[in-house]
Amino acid sequence: MNSEHHKENQLPQAMGLRRILRWFYIACIISAGLDILIHRHVTHPWEHWIFFYCVFGFVACVILVVVAKWMRKPLMRSEDYYDRN
Amino acid sequence: MIVTEIPSFAIFFAGAIGALFLRRQLLALWCIVIPLVSALLLIFSSSADSLIEISITGLNLVIHRPDRLSLVFAYVFHIAAVLGGIFAWRLGDPLFKSASLAYAGSAVGAVFCGDLITLFLFWELMAFSSAYLIFCRGSAKSTQAGIRYLIIQIISGLMLLAGSVMHYGETGSLEFTHMGLSGMASLLIFLAFGIKCAFPLLHNWLTDAYPESTPEGTVFLSAFTTKVAVYALARGFAGTEMLIYIGAIMTCFPIFYAVIENDLRRVLAYSMINQIGFMVCGIGIGTELAINGATAHAFNDVIFKGLLMMSMGAVLYRTGKMNGSDLGGLYKSMPKTAALCIVGAASISAFPLFSGFVSKSMVMSAALEEGYWIIWIALLFASAGVFHHAGIKIPFFAFFAHDSGIRVKEAPASMLVAMGLAAALCIGIGSFPSALYSLLPYDTDYSAYDATHVLAQIQLLLFSALAFVWLKLSGIYPPELRSVNIDAEWVYRKGLLSVYRCTSGVVESVIQSTYGNLLGVIKRMFHLIKLTTGESSRMAKEWTVDMMVVSVVVLFAIFLVYLFGT
Repeated sequence: MNSEHHKENQLPQAMGLRRILRWFYIACIISAGLDILIHRHVTHPWEHWIFFYCVFGFVACVILVVVAKWMRKPLMRSEDYYDRN
Repeated sequence: MIVTEIPSFAIFFAGAIGALFLRRQLLALWCIVIPLVSALLLIFSSSADSLIEISITGLNLVIHRPDRLSLVFAYVFHIAAVLGGIFAWRLGDPLFKSASLAYAGSAVGAVFCGDLITLFLFWELMAFSSAYLIFCRGSAKSTQAGIRYLIIQIISGLMLLAGSVMHYGETGSLEFTHMGLSGMASLLIFLAFGIKCAFPLLHNWLTDAYPESTPEGTVFLSAFTTKVAVYALARGFAGTEMLIYIGAIMTCFPIFYAVIENDLRRVLAYSMINQIGFMVCGIGIGTELAINGATAHAFNDVIFKGLLMMSMGAVLYRTGKMNGSDLGGLYKSMPKTAALCIVGAASISAFPLFSGFVSKSMVMSAALEEGYWIIWIALLFASAGVFHHAGIKIPFFAFFAHDSGIRVKEAPASMLVAMGLAAALCIGIGSFPSALYSLLPYDTDYSAYDATHVLAQIQLLLFSALAFVWLKLSGIYPPELRSVNIDAEWVYRKGLLSVYRCTSGVVESVIQSTYGNLLGVIKRMFHLIKLTTGESSRMAKEWTVDMMVVSVVVLFAIFLVYLFGT
């Protein structure tokens, strides 16, 4: 029953997600565009670079996830790892 | 003694005793009224800012020494106690209510006390009262986690006591004031604070114990212990450069674990270490802006982390599940909880108009102003990361993602009220930060709301979210898996156990092999005694008080670890 319910909801959910993502992409483009329009008072030389925070935010998160995913190989154990004697 | 001279902690302790005799609604109401009465006395009493000292056998103990630094922490502890009391309204366990009041009272006492001995007493009271909040879940896992938690907290207390005694020997004073890192005494006190502050490698008590508590217990736990440690560091070690680097590491390493962690309350525990890292970093920088930033961020963190813990507590309360792999799609059943969780997520991610933004930016600005550029990059990385794992992951995997098919009722009204109040505070402080700024230790005209700060933060967060969307849609994002990830706790949860097993076998075989030649052993023992306690032996020399104290503490710590290991 749950799977039927799940399938019934899939289409409107996917449409809703697409709409939300479209607005989200527009927000990203506008915020990046403001970098050109607004003069920022900066301290660090890197902040002068155009789209610095956009690139930093994106790259930092990709690095974070890729490294964390790689960390699973040496670090991940079964749920009862500490309970086993 | 008139009413207005009663220190705040005494009201909480009286409340804790009273709670044992009350039941049902009266008990629930009592746990909200007590912190409210204490807060009102603190704000409106004319003598609330006066010093209260007591003398015990010639030892002057300062049990109430309010100043701007301690007051801001005391205010937020009162807020946390009220919110926790409302959240736990339905819980009928008088012992839990009593322990939670004692815990809050000990935290308030710790930030108001003016000497190291009183600080030690409240330090230990916090440990014992909070441990019950873990034990009360009643499962085997929570009991074991509670014991580990208690042992580590007691070791922290012992180090504080040893450091305090040595500090008294060196300076002749027990006053708890700025000491800086100079010598063994201050190092011991620094490490004692560091354990409760969850310094790297000393942090696993937090990620181990907090997620094992009850839905209500974790709300209280997340508010007090670590923030008292942050206060203690700000009081005793502001401007200690080492803290900058420790803080930067604290902001960065837990976010990797948070990304791959399945238990959502454990994700929040890692996220808590990340947020404390910002505070520790600010304390290390030590300028007025940095200390203000650290204090303001501690204030905000108590509320937004409390809100996130409450929202996950509500999910656990209704579904009985806490793993990201088991949850999803709950926004249909619990839309109000989902909305309130998103407010907490926006606050911890430092979205403009939410509370995290007005405090985190102070620490980052201070790092830039003082020329700590690598540290600033680390903090920027951690800011993007915290949005990723706490801002997006928590609400996404609990309330959205795939539909887990779980259909439950919305969170109870009392929980919604507590979360609603916390959310209102998050938005209120984020939108009108001047009220919070007026409470900070130093006067400030800092403004977070200029085009530079706002645009930079929005870009950072939006493009972090874009990375999440891309990683998720492309299938690179790691799935939530039922697992544990090895962390520093491995040393005492597995490593020491192995060492014990190895050494116990060796010891046993040694005893068996020497059993046949007992006389020879006794002879050798006498010889050894003569060697160690003879006139020119090391044991016969006079030991300094410092050495004695350290030896006793080390022995006790080994004893505790041995007990736990067996």
